Amino acid sequence: MLIRATVDAWKPAAEEPADLVEEVRDLALFIRCETVRLIGIAKSGHFTSVFSCAELLAALYSGVLRVSEDPAWPDRDRLILSKGHCAVGLYPVLANLGYFPHDWLDTYTRVGSPLGDHPDMRRVPGTDFSSGSLGHGLSIGAGMALGNRMAGRDESRVWVLTGDQELNEGQIWEAAQAASHYRLGNLVAVVDRNRMGLDGTTEEVMSVEPIADRFRSFGWEVTEIDGHDARGVLSAFAAVGSEPEGRPKCVIANTRKGRGVPYMDLSRTWHLGYLEPADAEKTLSLIERV
Amino acid sequence: MTSDITERAWTPEQEGSWDLATSYRLCESFVAGQVLADLADHDDRIAVLTADLKFSNRTRDFELRHPDRFVNTGICEQNMVSMAAGMATCGYIPYVATFASFVGLLCAEQIRTDLAYPNVPVRVIAHHTGISLGFYGTSHHATEDIGITRSIANLTVIGPADAVSLTEALRQTVDLEGPVYFRIGRGRDEDVYGRTGAEFEFGRLTTLREGGDAAIVATGVTLAPALRAAEELAREGVSVAVVDAHTLRPFDAEGLCELASRVPRILVAEEHNVYTGLASACADALVDGGVGGVKLHRLGLPVDEYALIGPPTRLYEHYELDAAGIVRRMRNLLA
Repeated sequence: MLIRATVDAWKPAAEEPADLVEEVRDLALFIRCETVRLIGIAKSGHFTSVFSCAELLAALYSGVLRVSEDPAWPDRDRLILSKGHCAVGLYPVLANLGYFPHDWLDTYTRVGSPLGDHPDMRRVPGTDFSSGSLGHGLSIGAGMALGNRMAGRDESRVWVLTGDQELNEGQIWEAAQAASHYRLGNLVAVVDRNRMGLDGTTEEVMSVEPIADRFRSFGWEVTEIDGHDARGVLSAFAAVGSEPEGRPKCVIANTRKGRGVPYMDLSRTWHLGYLEPADAEKTLSLIERV
Repeated sequence: MTSDITERAWTPEQEGSWDLATSYRLCESFVAGQVLADLADHDDRIAVLTADLKFSNRTRDFELRHPDRFVNTGICEQNMVSMAAGMATCGYIPYVATFASFVGLLCAEQIRTDLAYPNVPVRVIAHHTGISLGFYGTSHHATEDIGITRSIANLTVIGPADAVSLTEALRQTVDLEGPVYFRIGRGRDEDVYGRTGAEFEFGRLTTLREGGDAAIVATGVTLAPALRAAEELAREGVSVAVVDAHTLRPFDAEGLCELASRVPRILVAEEHNVYTGLASACADALVDGGVGGVKLHRLGLPVDEYALIGPPTRLYEHYELDAAGIVRRMRNLLA
């Protein structure tokens, strides 16, 4: 049984259900708050990398991904966090889906916990693949998309959330080439274009532009969206069809690293960090509902 | 209609001058394509991937029978390994085949992070290992891959010596839960199991020949010359056991300690550098097992330099990894 309506249940061109848009905004707010709370346990974590993709994750789990009560449902849509360091933002969503008990969250990063900074598919139900080493996710997603098609699971799509500085990795383009060659129309790359790596802007560190043209030249269908506009994200994701054979899809989500917390917004220094309890408390009060 | 390379007529006399089609026929010990095709006839999970080498490794044999489960990823090994990991989560058992140097070394991180850490049933067929690509040079040699792979948790590592043992190794590990790294030669590997009638059993040392004066423990392509060396030594009245250490991880430490209790000397012969490979696995087992008294000797490739280039048979002579070299080494040890 599907937990939420799939994209098939509503059409982007028609009336967009306002409550779904609000649900995405609420979930994104929840993701940001939980990220601050959990990193408080770890005492080190990737704040701004989660904040840039909060609406993307929220939208995916608000009726876009075909998921069910069973995280291992073979016909599900799969999501690979190729930017695995945003897992802290996903764990609370998976707990909400009932995939594991909420109290697991309180053990985040503690010795023996299933929940680490990067997700482990063998320990965290709802994690479709382990990640952490940037550049691998799109290849794994291409393999899943091909495997699903070979197995006749034509409704299943594979979504891969990548970073933007991650696009420097050569393996991304090996995968882009293979996805196009094998006409993996059931593969969707979502690029969190937050414009920053760890050492500075992507264009300073190692330029990734023109991302859209690069993917297009590899044979992908490309859409560019505002990654913080819940309605736009939902529409764009809903427009991604489910075709086992066709051009692979790339959604470039223009985002802001640290969006949602004013003093972290576009900050270069909060990629990794820690907030002591008083500052965490203050930050929670500053988090905006984008 | 173009004829396929695999359909071209071939006679052994053509070996003197050969093209890719002839080479294909010459690689008779590259049976993985056939074996997997046979398995796939009754097992929907089997799939095969290669990186623009389907004729060199004869995975073409699989493609001919199961084109829908054959994937050529082009010269893109890292992507191939990671894609196989993704396919494995969709219910497939993907076998990826390419040169050992371009998978055991180039894709070490993909093997560790995408196959072994998530423990998915992907099988790597790393062929032309060791120095079997001879004068193609260091870029094409793999003399470090046992060391790399045997230090990776969840990974099973097997070095079959010939067509029979490769067949058995493939068949006996189909249902293993985690990944497997098969380390094989260049496809023209001499038969050992057929002529000795030995039985390959995954996970255990296999004794091909009994002997009390010493034992040779070998893996992969070094097994055949080791056996011929023991036969030669027997004619001189020296009784040497020959043991196939095909399963490199998990290593049969108990079997080795038991062997060490029966012979005073063990010569470990491998087409790999003599540290981190089979000799090290043996040394670990003996030390951990508290086995004293036995003398362990290492025969393989040097650690502090890259192997010379040259025709493989000449290189084996040079490094004493042919039968004559092993005989000579053993005579010296027993002198």
